[in-house]
Amino acid sequence: MIFKDYVFYVLAAILLAAGLRVITARNPVHAALYLVLAFFTAAGIWLLLEAEFLAIALVLVYVGAVMVLFLFVVMMLDINLDRLREGFWKALPIALPLGVVMVIEMSMILGVKTFGVDQVSAPTPHATGYSNTAELGRQLYTDYLLPFELAAVILLVAIVAAIALTLRDRKDSKFIDPADQVKVKRADRIRIVMMQADVEEKSVPADVADKKEGA
Amino acid sequence: MDAIYYDLATALPEIFVLCMAMFILLLDLFLKPNNRFLIHVLAQFTLIGAAFITISTYTPSVSYAFNNMFVDDPFSDVIKVMMYLSTFTMLVYTRSYIKLRGMFRGEFYALVLFALLGMMIMVSGQHFLTLYMGLELLSLSLYALVALDRDNPRATEAAIKYFVLGALASGMLLYGMSMFYGVTGSLNISDVTQALLVGVPSHAVMVLGLVFVVAGLAFKLGAVPFQMWIPDVYHGSPTAVTIFIGTVTKLAAFAFVIRLLIQGLFVLAGDWQGMLIIMAVLSIAIGNITAIAQTNIKRMLAYSTISHIGFLLYGLMSASMNGYISSTFYIVSYTMMTLAGFGVILLLSRHGFEAENLSDLKGLNQRSPWYAFLMLIVMFSMAGVPPTLGFYAKFTVLQAALQAGFVWLVVYAVLMAAIGAFYYLRVVKLMYFDDVEDKSPIVAPFSMRLVLSINALALLVVGLMPQPLMNICAYAISRSLQ
Repeated sequence: MIFKDYVFYVLAAILLAAGLRVITARNPVHAALYLVLAFFTAAGIWLLLEAEFLAIALVLVYVGAVMVLFLFVVMMLDINLDRLREGFWKALPIALPLGVVMVIEMSMILGVKTFGVDQVSAPTPHATGYSNTAELGRQLYTDYLLPFELAAVILLVAIVAAIALTLRDRKDSKFIDPADQVKVKRADRIRIVMMQADVEEKSVPADVADKKEGA
Repeated sequence: MDAIYYDLATALPEIFVLCMAMFILLLDLFLKPNNRFLIHVLAQFTLIGAAFITISTYTPSVSYAFNNMFVDDPFSDVIKVMMYLSTFTMLVYTRSYIKLRGMFRGEFYALVLFALLGMMIMVSGQHFLTLYMGLELLSLSLYALVALDRDNPRATEAAIKYFVLGALASGMLLYGMSMFYGVTGSLNISDVTQALLVGVPSHAVMVLGLVFVVAGLAFKLGAVPFQMWIPDVYHGSPTAVTIFIGTVTKLAAFAFVIRLLIQGLFVLAGDWQGMLIIMAVLSIAIGNITAIAQTNIKRMLAYSTISHIGFLLYGLMSASMNGYISSTFYIVSYTMMTLAGFGVILLLSRHGFEAENLSDLKGLNQRSPWYAFLMLIVMFSMAGVPPTLGFYAKFTVLQAALQAGFVWLVVYAVLMAAIGAFYYLRVVKLMYFDDVEDKSPIVAPFSMRLVLSINALALLVVGLMPQPLMNICAYAISRSLQ
């Protein structure tokens, strides 16, 4: 085994352990942190595959942005853990054997026998000057132009859907449009009316007079 | 440089729909509320324009574009024209419904057009990635459409259910596709077929991937045992969206199955045939038997959809050219029937009242003999009573299955169809033999009454003369699938 193999096995072991902890951790914040670790380790494995752009994108986008956002949401929501785990032990006697059987069945098909080194030839290493980023960019804008444009449309639909579902004028909203505010003229607010002068009578009611004296 | 012009010309209908959807989205911002009808007119214009482009650029040959990721063949043209037509009909039916429920906004039309674009891509995809992108575009638009009636908790619940289960199905589909990629080294449908013909290192991995892909497809079609979402989503969505999910998207899901299973994985037919048989048998039984117990007409039509999907699978599982042709015919006739069925439900709904219980149809004959007659045709057609379209569709599908040697399965399907006839005929009984409870007059715009009448009468006319439609389906399939 060469050095690269050792690196792979260490990273793979960490990835598996972190992935396992994501679903077994009791605290959702811990689970999210383990997910960060899993992404970070997966990025390391991609680096070994000479896919450096994807590795860095994974760290920047998933670890840096998506997971931080996710952590915020998890911390802000008051998740009732006991209710989430309700029925876990009741379902376990059935779920566990079923899961084990599925894992065994799949490992019978997906193993060294089918995806081993002797079945699938190892990818040829790239030349020294090869740039993964440049190649990705070239592919994206030539061969994969159509899916790329479709991804853009999907993002547009996501924006439209998010706004259509959440933006609303609430009846109890105290929001005032500043544009309307500055356009207001005096005539809109004050109405000047001509009226007869009211001549006040000189006599003061008794209780008011009493109060005045008391003060 | 010429290559890109060629690519763009091949995808011209898609480009047109996309541009118009974005234009509608922008125009909606500048329109005053009483000019909103323009949006409706523009959306209808988009569909007519797209149909015009698709028909005028029609060629009997198969042309590939965008580095073999996109295909324009007679099959895709036929299905696309059917999709424009059904979307057009659906927009006519839903106009007054969405107006009365505060959904008459630009977003509704833009999302419908985006969903249509996704479906067009699904029909024309020639690469797993393109197909998946089309599917996601459709699904995302549909989730939003279901939830668009925001203050209705039932619609929100339906949207969440649809979203979670839809994401699960997409995950399964992707997992299966990744297996294919692992074995064949390509995501392109023709390359995968080529690799399968030459021989792959591991057949077992392909079958494992196939299991996941079939599960994902069955979810999108709504075949048992992946049907759980259908009744809830049909029931919870606003009827204007239910009609869309129940008709046009089923056309797209069918084309998706044709592209993936028939075109891409034909070599594995021996493996998927068994899976389809199990799903067909279960779908027909569960769909027809559970529908009997429903009191809500939308739920009843949902279970009826499941049983229709079972019949559709009868054609596909035959794995013969005849089977595919009869399935194409079946899905087209299913779309026409379901459009008319939901059209009548939309017609009976009015301001502050949702017609969704079977009892709402009581004595429809006394309220309006004409609409009762139209609904009678629809119900007879769904049950498969001759001489309606539904009878001929069931007949051809079962004939194809018989030719493929599934004698007992055909006998079983006929028995199940007889059981299913019970709940369709119950609707007829309610309309003609029960006393009217709800005496309010039926009001609908002229366009809706006209299109609904044409739609329902077409079931009778095409049922009497099915040959032209059959010829179109046969031509499309035989030209596109070699």
